[in-house]
Amino acid sequence: MSPATTPTLRQDSLKTDELLVNMGPQHPSTHGVLRLVVRTDGEIVRETWPHIGYLHRCFEKIAESVTYAQSVPYTDRMDYLASMNDGVALCLAYEHLGKIEVPPRAQWLRVIACELNRIASHLMAFGTYGLDIGAMTPFFYGFREREALLSIFEKMSGGRLLYHYARIGGVCRDMDSDIEHDIRKFIVQFKTAFEEYNELLSWNAIFINRTANVGVIPPDKAIAWGLTGPCLRASGVNYDLRKRRPYSAYEDFEFNVILGEGFRGTLGDCYDRYYVRMLEMMESLRIVEQALDGLPEGDFQAKLPKILRLPKGEAYFAAENPRGELGFYVVSDGKPNAYRVRARGPSFCNLSITHEVARDCLVADVIAIIGSIDIVLGEVDR
Amino acid sequence: MELKAIHARLKERFAEAVGEWPEPEAGDGWIEVQPDSLRPVAEFLRQDPALAFDYLRLVTGVDRVDWMEAVYHLHSYAHDHQAILKVKLDRADPAVASLADLWPAADWHERETFDLLGIRFDGHPNLRRILLPEDWQGHPLRKDYKQPDEYHGISNW
Amino acid sequence: MAQTTDLPVTPQQMIIDAVKDPKERRRYLHFLDQIKSEGLSSSVAVVPLDAAINWARESSIWPMTFGLACCAIEMMAVGACKFDIDRFGAGAFRATPRQADLMIVAGTVVYKMAPRVKRLYEQMSEPRFVMAMGACTVGGGPYYKFGYHVVKGVDKIIPVDIYVPGCPPRPEALLDALFRLQEKIDVQRNLKIRYFTD
Repeated sequence: MSPATTPTLRQDSLKTDELLVNMGPQHPSTHGVLRLVVRTDGEIVRETWPHIGYLHRCFEKIAESVTYAQSVPYTDRMDYLASMNDGVALCLAYEHLGKIEVPPRAQWLRVIACELNRIASHLMAFGTYGLDIGAMTPFFYGFREREALLSIFEKMSGGRLLYHYARIGGVCRDMDSDIEHDIRKFIVQFKTAFEEYNELLSWNAIFINRTANVGVIPPDKAIAWGLTGPCLRASGVNYDLRKRRPYSAYEDFEFNVILGEGFRGTLGDCYDRYYVRMLEMMESLRIVEQALDGLPEGDFQAKLPKILRLPKGEAYFAAENPRGELGFYVVSDGKPNAYRVRARGPSFCNLSITHEVARDCLVADVIAIIGSIDIVLGEVDR
Repeated sequence: MELKAIHARLKERFAEAVGEWPEPEAGDGWIEVQPDSLRPVAEFLRQDPALAFDYLRLVTGVDRVDWMEAVYHLHSYAHDHQAILKVKLDRADPAVASLADLWPAADWHERETFDLLGIRFDGHPNLRRILLPEDWQGHPLRKDYKQPDEYHGISNW
Repeated sequence: MAQTTDLPVTPQQMIIDAVKDPKERRRYLHFLDQIKSEGLSSSVAVVPLDAAINWARESSIWPMTFGLACCAIEMMAVGACKFDIDRFGAGAFRATPRQADLMIVAGTVVYKMAPRVKRLYEQMSEPRFVMAMGACTVGGGPYYKFGYHVVKGVDKIIPVDIYVPGCPPRPEALLDALFRLQEKIDVQRNLKIRYFTD
């Protein structure tokens, strides 16, 4: 049965009815506490309504109540799979408003941390997407490389999952030759592992059947619904914040922006979103190699006053997270704590398209669509 | 186009509806719009070929104690420029027109702003709380919000 | 951690305690000598029924996948190959509460989620255990002071057996918590509670 056409029902003498099924907040395939209310006609889903808020941890109110430096660790917990990227985004927003200069070594260290975390996050997306579809093996293979990365992060920052590595004005610790040696070893290990991942999932006929031509998002719809990140690029829109609005020395690196092109099906289907992430991992590896080769000397953190006060005003800054554009809108009134911080989580905007896309498909396709959008509920609910 | 140039272009088209350029000392500037003219300005920003704002980044609000602000961040993929709109609203009953039919991305952002700040968006298809439970009392991001002592029997302290 | 149990330590002592009639007592003690004389000491064990039930239960604690937030990722890491909780019998994560023994509350519980947590706990069948994993479930965590929507500790909703601090706790800490839970199960008196024997 080709998933490109709407499945039709057999005419029976049984009277059938539509059913509202609740894929509740606790569900093995919803990537966290997401509730999907699904109106089904047999196995065909007519409409899906996502309900969120089951992990709303009051980040914006907390950021108003604590000092600037104290608010940075709370961002780790927002997108807990890309903790380095979150911290860098908020620190950049504060630095943009306060016109704080970050030393070049700190910028390059931030780039290394962010790109390694991009690989770790995409590995997690790869592993759990396989689990959702029904393949258990890629999860364990992905975690093998992820554990290597987490050991590197532990040496860099002291934490395995939530790092608080980016501080306002730089990073928290310098990098020594021990960590560099580990990263280089990881790069070699990852190149062979990547071939294994492709054989496990990317060229797998069952996986292609489940994901190609499913959940097609055309580019104009992606833009209208505010999609960003790999989901947007998989629909063909060439926009990467690292290239368009470079921050933290990204302009010094050479890398490609991966666009979807209907690799196995239509442009903007689930397979495109998945494969764009896979290729982005290799691009991140290239950036890390370049960064290690050319790391400048110097301070790893700018000198800041003990109680940091930002000037009165407001600023918006966005960074390219593994899931999309993480933006922070900071309003300050001269006090040691912010007046208002609004976190624009990419998963919040990416998830809103579910109502549009997950209709007239099978129940299994809804799982494939949610998995391909790759949400993290900490970012959706903040 | 720089934000100041976009502001100038809007000012010549919608004379009184658009406020003066704020001259910020730090950070970004913004374009202030009267609440009644938000819809015409938004439609112009979307349809004018020189502006062509097709991507609504975020809709949020700021509680300024004496008044309430609704803030809109827009971006254009065709021209790669951005705009920031601000609307000053009455603090006692903040209400503004909804932009959910112009940019579908506004749907959830407006629901969240309603949930956390209490700004009503007239014309929104489904204005309900999105992050907090349906029976939550109060709007937490307001400056005069007090944490509840308990919720459904679970103590908060 | 020393075992706080008054169960007898040798099979002989067990039989002397349990059987009052001297003739029956001699018969059972004779069984023990027979086992030893036939060289079956390494394949036949005489244990109190309580200990046997406890040993079976602690060696196959099946957790429920209740990952809410960041701690869920460390729980997944414990299930993956490097830390491997499956070698302790606890690797079969069930999604449904009906088939699970242990509810690892991994992540922040918020007021919107609280009724669901309570409902899932009530749907688990006994014997059931709860592990509060991570600082958020222990006492609110980093959201303690200003989090208006965060439940300050999951023990406000459900009874907790083991608390694991950390943000997030290391996988080794989670394994250590599993071992402490096993020790807790070791000292359960199942028969005395259920059937009121003497």
